[in-house]
Amino acid sequence: MSTTPETENTTEMHDGGHGDISVGVATAGTSGDANASATRITPGNALRPEDIALAVSRGTAKPSEDAAEFALRLGDDALVLAQRLGHWISRAPELEEDVALGNIALDQLGHARSFLSYAGGLNGKSEDDLAYFRGEEEFRSVELFEQPNGDFAVTIARQFVVSYYQFELYRRLTESTDATLAGIAAKAVKEVDYHRDHSTQWVLRLALGTDESRAKMIHGFKVIWPYVDELFRDDELTARLTAAGAAVEPSSLRTDFDRLTGEVLAEAELDVPQVPAASGGGRQGKHSEHLGYLLAEMQVLARQFPGASW
Amino acid sequence: MASQTLQSVPAEGTPGRQEISAAEAARHEAEGQAYFDRVMAEDSRIEPRDWMPAAYRKTLIRQISQHAHSEIIGMQPEANWISRAPSLKRKAILMAKVQDEAGHGLYLYSAAETLGQPRDQMMQDLMDGKAKYSSIFNYPARTWADMGAIGWMVDGAAIANQVPLCRASFGPYGRAMVRVCKEESFHQRQGFEILLELSHGTPEQKQMAQEAVNRWYAPALMMFGPPDDDSPNSKQSMAWNIKRFSNDELRSRFVGMMMEQVKVLELTLPDKDIRFNEETKKWEHGPLDWDEFHEVLKGRGPCNAQRLERRREAHENGTWVREAAAAYARKQAKKEFAA
Repeated sequence: MSTTPETENTTEMHDGGHGDISVGVATAGTSGDANASATRITPGNALRPEDIALAVSRGTAKPSEDAAEFALRLGDDALVLAQRLGHWISRAPELEEDVALGNIALDQLGHARSFLSYAGGLNGKSEDDLAYFRGEEEFRSVELFEQPNGDFAVTIARQFVVSYYQFELYRRLTESTDATLAGIAAKAVKEVDYHRDHSTQWVLRLALGTDESRAKMIHGFKVIWPYVDELFRDDELTARLTAAGAAVEPSSLRTDFDRLTGEVLAEAELDVPQVPAASGGGRQGKHSEHLGYLLAEMQVLARQFPGASW
Repeated sequence: MASQTLQSVPAEGTPGRQEISAAEAARHEAEGQAYFDRVMAEDSRIEPRDWMPAAYRKTLIRQISQHAHSEIIGMQPEANWISRAPSLKRKAILMAKVQDEAGHGLYLYSAAETLGQPRDQMMQDLMDGKAKYSSIFNYPARTWADMGAIGWMVDGAAIANQVPLCRASFGPYGRAMVRVCKEESFHQRQGFEILLELSHGTPEQKQMAQEAVNRWYAPALMMFGPPDDDSPNSKQSMAWNIKRFSNDELRSRFVGMMMEQVKVLELTLPDKDIRFNEETKKWEHGPLDWDEFHEVLKGRGPCNAQRLERRREAHENGTWVREAAAAYARKQAKKEFAA
């Protein structure tokens, strides 16, 4: 029949690469563009995980040991969050949110794949080697990202904090002396700008909606806020990368983060939760109790067939 | 093209509507019917504000909402594997696919809403068990290979069914189907690719693929609906230019398509009776267990209770969120009014 799927709409497919990855860096903007599409591939400034894997395998992109460790941190953050958010797909409060949370999960997964592909370039590992065949203590994500979804308000509180943090971080990383980190950040910052918008809209709706939703939003922030401090901790790695111009000290993001989140919280008539900060330790592989279960589920099938291709 | 000037049936609440006399109403009805008949004869399109027979409207609401429900319930068997997808690339593709299905549900509910049926009501009918959805989603997705078999066979059957619906006489439905079919064809390809990778992988992977094909084959063929001599609504739907080909015709085409593609997969279809009938020029297949089909339709399938419970749970857990959004919108509107 003339309308078999094999012949339908082949022009819709984008299977060409985008060439040298430096293209992405040169043309990318340094901040969020309100008109950019979070999903459409924009030739010229879209850096795909596959492009990075290719550049790594060709030897045109090779991370320093420090850059690889840093990419691992950011990749693990994004991967763990994508795994959490993926659970909402088919369970969201309304269909529009199945789509929205699915989109955010996909964006995070895309960032994770790019960062992990780059990190793996240090010693010949693929994104999947890193995602599926490392143990809990080898993950470098901070504890915020692995916090359970809870109810919708907890998920929104987590996303609100994450997106404001990631926006400030990626915005600065677009200036990194490491061209690949800058390229990944240039793509990611546009997408994370949408995540800020999405979570802000919901913080306002939940905080100012009904008494019930307000109580839940306050609870959500209270549950999430202990994990905020860890995002902004400097250490020897970030000091070295900052000195090399490849990254910035996490603590340098805090003023902007506090100011911008503070504006939204004020509009939502919410106070910044006064809760003790958790001691953290994710960057050194010391995680909360939640990560092990998350990884067990994520890795089970891949580990059942080691070496298999999918 | 039928003339567009005859479609002027005053909308609800339009001034003058109340004053229409019985005689005028009858005249409007007759003119509307004449217009509708001409659209059907010319194979043109009916739009939401056009006059249409009550039975046409009812049939479309039933069909489009069932189709929407199938997309929404159909998210579940695949969402079941998002967290365990065996590579990050596959995880990304699967997430995007299940997300597409939510999008399809949205377009279709919107198309049905143009006929006057609110989305909330359709959702309630689904959760109350009053509305049907495609029976195939009451089967469990047991292994990763099911992601391949669902994409290749279930989405493949859906496309065979839906491509002709792009020409359905009701405009919003036909237009929604154009976009749905584009995305479905991508879904079908990704399913095929999953199976191809498995069937050319380790012996265990190949076996996983074959078993999934074996399990989904008959339910996929039954997606086209009962045999033509047992399909009471088909004739009217064809007269209304909603349905273009009979269930058996579409099923036969689908079997032919799969027979070609299964060779590339180096797998087999679990049906020794498949053959091309040179006289009728049609593909034929072995007998299907229609008793099982009707059992699953009546709610006695492997996952019926689970699927509906999951939908209810998501809906109920989200009630306070939807209420908050509505309350916020009301407050904002009030503020703007005051300012």
